[in-house]
Amino acid sequence: MILTKAQYDEIAQCLVSVPPTRQSLRKLKQRFPSQSQATLLSIFSQEYQKHIKRTHAKHHTSEAIESYYQRYLNGVVKNGAAPVLLDLANEVDYAPSLMARLILEKFLQEHEETPPSKSVINSMLRDPSQIPDGVLANQVYQCIVNDCCYGPLVDCIKHAIGHEHEVLLRDLLLEKNLSFLDEDQLRAKGYDKTPDFILQVPVVMLCPLAVEGHIIHWIESKASFGDECSHHAYLHDQFWSYWNRFGPGLVIYWYGFIQELDCNRERGILLKACFPMNIVTLCHSIA
Amino acid sequence: MAAVLESLLREEVSVAAVVRWIARSTQGSEVTALTRPQDNAGEAAALSSLRPLRKEFVPFLLNFLREQSSRVLPQGPPTPAKAPGASTALPGRPGGPPRGSRGARSQLFPPTEALSTTAEAPLARRGGRRRGPGLARERGGRGLEEGVSGESLPGAGGRRLRGSGSPSRPSLTLSDPPNLSNLEEFPPVGSVPPGSTGRTKPSRRINPTPVSEERSLSKPKTCFTSPPISCVPSSQPSALDTSPWGLGLPPGCRSLQEEREMLRKERSKQLQQSPTPICPTPELGSPLPSQTGSLTDEPADPARVSSRQRLELVALVYSSCIAENLVPNLFLELFFVFQLLTARRMVTAKDSDPELSPAVLDSLESPLFQSIHDCVFFAVQVLECHFQVLSNLDKGTLKLLAENERLLCFSPALQGRLRAAYEGSVAKVSLAMPPSAQAVSFQPETDNRANFSSDRAFHTFKKQRDVFYEVLREWEDHHEEPGWDFEKGLGSRIRAMMGQLSAACSHSHFVRLFQKQLLQMCQSPGGAGGTVLGEAPDVLSMLGADKLGRLWRLQERLMAPQSSGGPCPPPTFPGCQGFFRDFILSASSFQFNQHLMDSLSLKIRELNGLALPQHEPSDEDGESDVDWQGERKQFAVVLLSLRLLAKFLGFVAFLPYRGPEPPPTGELQDSILALRSQVPPVLDVRTLLQRGLQARRAVLTVPWLVEFLSFADHVVPLLEYYRGIFTLLLRLHRSLVLSQESEGKMCFLNKLLLLAVLGWLFQIPTVPEDLFFLEEGPSDAFEVDTVAPEHGLDNAPVVDQQLLYTCCPYIGELRKLLASWVSGSSGRSGGFMRKITPTTTTSLGAQPSQTSQGLQAQLAQAFFHNQPPSLRRTVEFVAERIGSNCVKHIKATLVADLVRQAESLLQEQLVTQGEEGGDPAQLLEILCSQLCPHGAQALALGQEFCQRKSPGAVRALLPEETPAAVLSSAENIAVGLATEKACAWLSANITALIRREVKAAVSRTLRAQGPEPAARGERRGCSRAFADQIPILGPPAQYRLERGQARRLLHMLLSLWKEDFQGPVPLQLLLSPRNVGLLADTRPREWDLLLFLLRELVEKGLMRRMEIEACLGSLHQAQWPGDFAEELATLSNLFLAEPHLPEPQLRACELVQPNRGTVLAQS
Repeated sequence: MILTKAQYDEIAQCLVSVPPTRQSLRKLKQRFPSQSQATLLSIFSQEYQKHIKRTHAKHHTSEAIESYYQRYLNGVVKNGAAPVLLDLANEVDYAPSLMARLILEKFLQEHEETPPSKSVINSMLRDPSQIPDGVLANQVYQCIVNDCCYGPLVDCIKHAIGHEHEVLLRDLLLEKNLSFLDEDQLRAKGYDKTPDFILQVPVVMLCPLAVEGHIIHWIESKASFGDECSHHAYLHDQFWSYWNRFGPGLVIYWYGFIQELDCNRERGILLKACFPMNIVTLCHSIA
Repeated sequence: MAAVLESLLREEVSVAAVVRWIARSTQGSEVTALTRPQDNAGEAAALSSLRPLRKEFVPFLLNFLREQSSRVLPQGPPTPAKAPGASTALPGRPGGPPRGSRGARSQLFPPTEALSTTAEAPLARRGGRRRGPGLARERGGRGLEEGVSGESLPGAGGRRLRGSGSPSRPSLTLSDPPNLSNLEEFPPVGSVPPGSTGRTKPSRRINPTPVSEERSLSKPKTCFTSPPISCVPSSQPSALDTSPWGLGLPPGCRSLQEEREMLRKERSKQLQQSPTPICPTPELGSPLPSQTGSLTDEPADPARVSSRQRLELVALVYSSCIAENLVPNLFLELFFVFQLLTARRMVTAKDSDPELSPAVLDSLESPLFQSIHDCVFFAVQVLECHFQVLSNLDKGTLKLLAENERLLCFSPALQGRLRAAYEGSVAKVSLAMPPSAQAVSFQPETDNRANFSSDRAFHTFKKQRDVFYEVLREWEDHHEEPGWDFEKGLGSRIRAMMGQLSAACSHSHFVRLFQKQLLQMCQSPGGAGGTVLGEAPDVLSMLGADKLGRLWRLQERLMAPQSSGGPCPPPTFPGCQGFFRDFILSASSFQFNQHLMDSLSLKIRELNGLALPQHEPSDEDGESDVDWQGERKQFAVVLLSLRLLAKFLGFVAFLPYRGPEPPPTGELQDSILALRSQVPPVLDVRTLLQRGLQARRAVLTVPWLVEFLSFADHVVPLLEYYRGIFTLLLRLHRSLVLSQESEGKMCFLNKLLLLAVLGWLFQIPTVPEDLFFLEEGPSDAFEVDTVAPEHGLDNAPVVDQQLLYTCCPYIGELRKLLASWVSGSSGRSGGFMRKITPTTTTSLGAQPSQTSQGLQAQLAQAFFHNQPPSLRRTVEFVAERIGSNCVKHIKATLVADLVRQAESLLQEQLVTQGEEGGDPAQLLEILCSQLCPHGAQALALGQEFCQRKSPGAVRALLPEETPAAVLSSAENIAVGLATEKACAWLSANITALIRREVKAAVSRTLRAQGPEPAARGERRGCSRAFADQIPILGPPAQYRLERGQARRLLHMLLSLWKEDFQGPVPLQLLLSPRNVGLLADTRPREWDLLLFLLRELVEKGLMRRMEIEACLGSLHQAQWPGDFAEELATLSNLFLAEPHLPEPQLRACELVQPNRGTVLAQS
């Protein structure tokens, strides 16, 4: 789904400080019925992440942590089964998974001799049953399951979606009989930067109304919506690096992107929201 | 000097004598351009008394002409800078103020670029510190300031289109001359502006800084962007000027001084008589646009030429000097002549006397050019002498010349020749715009982790690559924005990046990337950018070049062409080259520079040593050009790459020595010389040059060497090492006489390219201008070493107009000048020549649409981008060979069949028409009209051949692990390229080929029928022509014929002996021990040729077997080296063992009986 900047801004506007819950998402879907669920979710997630990034610091002061921890303790004393931590997160406008991490860290600090390592915490978040305190384990679990933007569950889902789209793309390439090298093969050959696929024989993508087509040497699959923030980060860390090594290529944002970002076509970075249909390959007889 | 010219004009000496006189002083070779009347004693005496002045004659003549033209042409376009100021000693110039010396060359270099960087600063400071040998000193010590004239002529700024000049041709106006009528700003050369006697000498600069439309006439001053160029104190003699001025004047100079002293007195007398110096006539030349409307061009009329004879004489001397390469820069002189041709109108100086007596007219006392008519007459006279050069200019220039109505009016004959040359010319030159940059691809073989010493180095380089391209992209986006500054915008980022390079190995990685990117972006025309292909843009040019190129050409036409800055622009870094220059400067990393020099030197050596032509093109005249096309492209790619690399090598290598300060003098100079002379050169260019000359590869080596030297600092030409190089180059320059064309000499366009680049080099400010005129020429003509191969690149037609203009865009100034004449002339906008615009060559029948062809070409190019370079080379090689073989195949099959058909048709014809057969020409026409249409099959057959042969070849040559998709694409591209190559040639030449072969068949058949008297005559003419070409055989090692050549030569000889000799030929002498002994020295010994000869002698009935046997027998008795005797014995046995063919009686009779001719002669 390709949105104009204006359309995108309208959606983003609706998302200002909306809790990352499924209800919020449903409301959003009602508000923008023409947009696909996946696109909205992706935008929602990105906007929420931006929001969290902006407010992250204030939740990490020792006073804030202390106060959250006390509220948690007080809450579970009253009713250990109530979603204390989740409610707290929503109340202070912080991501439940991150709130769970905060409290878990604090908890471990209080109960262990040495401060807990990051990997221990990550591991406990992935599998709350490892948390020594049963009540906290339950609270953390509620947070993770209900957070649709952060947390190991979301990460896992995102990873799966990303992989799924790579597989989808691979199938399409095979179906079109385009031969390619994938990321693993490239890494094995010692490439320092590896797009998802490098075409062994480049193709030209035709654009309506354009005289010339665009050469494509590599394809990168992104199972997300291409907004300004993420696109610029990708450009800097990935796309330009690919261009610097392999020439022009194609990025597929499966959940759409802001139209205005597709401004480097002439330079050699092409954006699409699906696999391009109008592809020309090297013919069998040129002359 | 004036005396020489005077004697010439008084006809005391002949032109030829004068030119011989000048040329002798510089070289011993004979003067070829002119007929050579017997020396007459009077002439010799007249000239020998002037002997010491010889060297000064040419500079004098050039300055004289510039000066003369400036008197009558203040209105004209800027005059090219003059030669180093030689004597301006002209007697009796009325009212002429005393003149300072003229330096002159300084003005050749308008600061076309804002020279913000220190590196180019020295270029900006083009002091006019040069002068001819031993001159300026006596000019009141004003020597060094003449170049300061910032108010010298600017480019084309100050003029707008005149009359009905077509506004749709903006480019044509670019070189439009400025309005020169403001004489304060544009003082005529030779006059000091009133009230500025203490000021610097004004002198003329050759024009054009690129001019934009906004520079309207009303603001002429905006054009004068050139700051005062040099502020070298006048007392300081030039460091480079080694001329022995001052106390140590040689006798010749002293006499010159006397002459000048007299002149000076004479002049001051005149000055007193007419206190008003030449001053502008303001009404004639207001720079205001409102008045330019009145500037109608003065018509030129041959009938009103004032003194033909005098003009003719001077023109002849001048032309001869040009023809003999006695002038430093051929194209500069042509530019000057074109300016005279297109002079618009003349301003009459107040003091000039229109009523000159006939006596005065004959001497130098009156102006040479009294009117436009004179100028045009003179110009046309000179142009007539240089038709050959003109005819080799690009088609556009030829068109403009041929359409020039003045030329038509003054010399219809020349116009006719030019028109014919235009119509026959295929030299369309286009400096196409390239697409934007593409990155150097990542190649695992050189770029992966295994090539780095540590993970850290690997990752550092990974980041560097990204930063480098980020910087490059930013530059692309911003460098054209006003106010954007490279150093400010990117400098710190570049230095930070360079700072990360710690390991030496990382430096070499980065340098490799840098150099590859440089080659990729800057190889193409004018350095304005490059094809995206990288190191070898030939696939592009081979495959669908036309289709891809067309768009760029259109773009080129829409964009104002970059002016190259006059006929002698300073070395610059146009387009993308600017990025690389600025990068080097901003990085200011000593390590980087060193690694870069290493890498550039290596690549230069590698390319310079490349075996070219790669495949010896077949010498059969017909299809040789099918091979040459590819060779020429290959050559162009290599040459352009070399030039680019050498330019950057020169830039970096001399960077530490260039600075804005004036060149050192005196003791300081000595110590600097002592210091510098022990520094080894960055690349041993002298040896490379020597080898290049020896191997007859000057056409490859010299152009890049010139680029390298153009960045030398002022001290370089003084160093012995480089002095030697300049001496070699000067000798080479003299030896490149264009009119000398013969077997074994350099091709014309090759010479022209060398003359152009050398001429340009001689005008570079850092090259001392006296170098050219002072250099005592070699005592004998420049000769390459005798061990040189008979054939080298120099003898191969590797240069075409496209390459010439690409390397020397300033030659295009000629066209601009002519175009500005057209656009400025009312009612002249439409030429009479029809503009023929072939849209595309119709080659293959069913072709995919243009667009899809373009896409395929684009894809084929892109395909190679990420593949190893060897893949590309393989595909190109296969395409090249298969394409060439395809043509040979067609010749052996289709054409041979048609010839057989022709023969049988002819037989039928002869049978029906009786013995006499009929007119051969008519027969040929009939046959050709029947057979030529079959030539159309050639394309289909050719296509089929390429499709059949190419894939297998590709498969055999590529590594086995090549992925299937890559392999099949490579095969397809090879098929396409081969087909395109073959079919392009076939569609253009098949008819001619069939015709030629059928013609040969017809004459064979007819000859078999019995000799026609007419045919005999023709044949004899042939043999005469042939006799001219028989090489004088030297020692066998020196002159080796190609195998095919040798066999053909034998055929021709046999046929001569058989058909053309009227008397008996003593053929047995061929087999004398002495002649056969010649074979002993050759390796390998070509016994097969001898055997062939013997057989043919018998076959043709020229000798009987018995005779040969006898000869061979007597050979055995001679003394031979052991192995030779053995081989000779084998040969005899071989020959004798051949079955005896019964010898027809008739043949034996022919030999003994005197033939008809002999009988006739005896009766």
